[in-house]
Amino acid sequence: MSSILEVKNLEKMYSGNVHAVRGVDFEVPEGVCFGLLGPNGAGKSTTIEMIEGIIDSTKGEILYKGKPIGKRFREQVGIQFQSTALQDFIKVEETIDLFSSFYEKTMPKEEILRLCSLGDLRDRETKKLSGGQRQRVLLALALINDPELIFLDEPTTGLDPAARRNFWELVESIKAKGKTIVLTTHYMDEAHALCDDIAIMDEGKIIARGTPEELVRARFPGIWIDLKIDPKNPPTNNWRWETRITGDNMRVLTDNTEETIQKFMDNKIGLESLKVSTATLEDLFIDLTGKDLRT
Amino acid sequence: MKRIWTVFKARNLEFIRDKSSLGWAFLFPLLVVIGFGYMFSEDDKAMYKVAEISSEQSVNQAMDQDLFHKKRFIEFIEYESVDEALKKLSLHKVDMVVSYADRPTYWISETSPKSYVAEQIFLSSQRDLRPDENMELYRKTLKGQEVRYVDWLMGGILGMNIMFSALFGVGYVIVRYRKNGVLKRLKATPLRPWEFLSAQIMSRLVLNIIVTAIVLIGCKFTVGYLMLGSYFDLFAVISVGTMSLISMGLLVAARFQSEELAGGLLNMLSWPMMFLSGVWFSLEGANEYVVKFAKIFPLTHMIDGMRQIMTEGVGLSQLLPQMIYMAAAAVVCLALSSVIFKWE
Repeated sequence: MSSILEVKNLEKMYSGNVHAVRGVDFEVPEGVCFGLLGPNGAGKSTTIEMIEGIIDSTKGEILYKGKPIGKRFREQVGIQFQSTALQDFIKVEETIDLFSSFYEKTMPKEEILRLCSLGDLRDRETKKLSGGQRQRVLLALALINDPELIFLDEPTTGLDPAARRNFWELVESIKAKGKTIVLTTHYMDEAHALCDDIAIMDEGKIIARGTPEELVRARFPGIWIDLKIDPKNPPTNNWRWETRITGDNMRVLTDNTEETIQKFMDNKIGLESLKVSTATLEDLFIDLTGKDLRT
Repeated sequence: MKRIWTVFKARNLEFIRDKSSLGWAFLFPLLVVIGFGYMFSEDDKAMYKVAEISSEQSVNQAMDQDLFHKKRFIEFIEYESVDEALKKLSLHKVDMVVSYADRPTYWISETSPKSYVAEQIFLSSQRDLRPDENMELYRKTLKGQEVRYVDWLMGGILGMNIMFSALFGVGYVIVRYRKNGVLKRLKATPLRPWEFLSAQIMSRLVLNIIVTAIVLIGCKFTVGYLMLGSYFDLFAVISVGTMSLISMGLLVAARFQSEELAGGLLNMLSWPMMFLSGVWFSLEGANEYVVKFAKIFPLTHMIDGMRQIMTEGVGLSQLLPQMIYMAAAAVVCLALSSVIFKWE
């Protein structure tokens, strides 16, 4: 698969010696949903805004379809920012007409309205929209020029769970049209649900890269078994699996569930509170950065 | 052109649908004109301007003058001839004319609240000297086509409304767009800054002309007003003046992201303009430096031009200096703001 976007050694230094992005490299294959994850302040938005051409980079190279981004880049990509106000008192359909006029090539209005489920809202003024509806309008604006590459920066932040699911479905339908999506998020479930390929950023650098499954499996190659124990009288650890005791919780990372449970029974450990789970992206992230994603 | 047209249309819709601001844009100037047209100002701190005719006086006449001069809140301006002073009175540049030659004689404008107050002050000074004499005998009013106070005020109020609308409607709105990310979103499209700015200017220019026309119609049916010149000339002055004021607003809005800072700067521009550009009172007889300073403001030239057209019937050809100054101010401010403009 050829790369639609390549980022090489990208850096951003703000005045006052703030090194927001410290040499980021990645390439995005055509037709995938690429996720850039990280806690707030990791440099995700700065990286994506340098690619979009909203802010200048201090160093590095950005290639779109193998060539440095030029004047026509804005005609060819779609962008949804993290927080954007729309002009008050302007209706949804008028907003779409307004943005359509900026581009040479546009997607038919009716198709955009249908794709973003905005048909019933076309006559509503933008200031009267709910959070989820507003994000759908912003997504529609990102799709207006029928772009091959779409940037979505924290598109579901602040939305309720139903609105988030609804938005994910829209992103899935855009993916189905063969578009390439670059998504930044600090929601791991979102990344898991939507992204084919992810890069985890922290303190201006990429610290892990791969598919969600690969990344989790590489760090946590097994299953977690959690048990409640008496912290004053912990069980003797006579097994080969990695074990962590936090308070009254014992977590064992195993590659063989049956063998581990048998071992517990042999050691006469009560199984009443036993819980079996697999590691998630969130666990991986906390493990990698020592930070909670929402801090 | 298509892009400019759609941004222009969107900005107009935004203005028209914002019902509260829209209502205010029409009501404010109308209420002020009606209010001042009908009511007498009771503000005792108001400055009254009295024209005195310089001539040789007897000792008695000097006493008359001294007594009047002791009254507070009056500024005395000397003129060579009665005719010259009466012309100023008819245009409300002064509130009263007094001649001490022979006997004290005075002229007032019957419709001007300020004339009325100046007269009362004058009469009270004379009563001390001539308690038994009926001073009304020496009272004269302007004859012929008299410019009422409200006719004089009209140009000032319209000008002030245009100034606030141009400065805040463009300057403040662009800073708000920048702060809440509307400009950032536009930056991510192929729309160019000059296309965006042209649309903003055109939108505000057209809306200001429409609002002014509607306010004029409203005034015609309520207080009425004097219009000696041509409407084409009037709107030509208004258009060029509005352009210069919008450009000033753009210059303030070119870079700032803080609405408070922009609001402060716009106030810093608008308030001195409101007081020094002759909106409420004429600068006749004021300190020459103040008069020169006031001429820096495009609003001074616009209001001056509007008043000359409306109350004196002056044509556009005689207003060339004002037009050139306002056009130059517009070009300079526009050029500067397009150079320093930032989306973010």
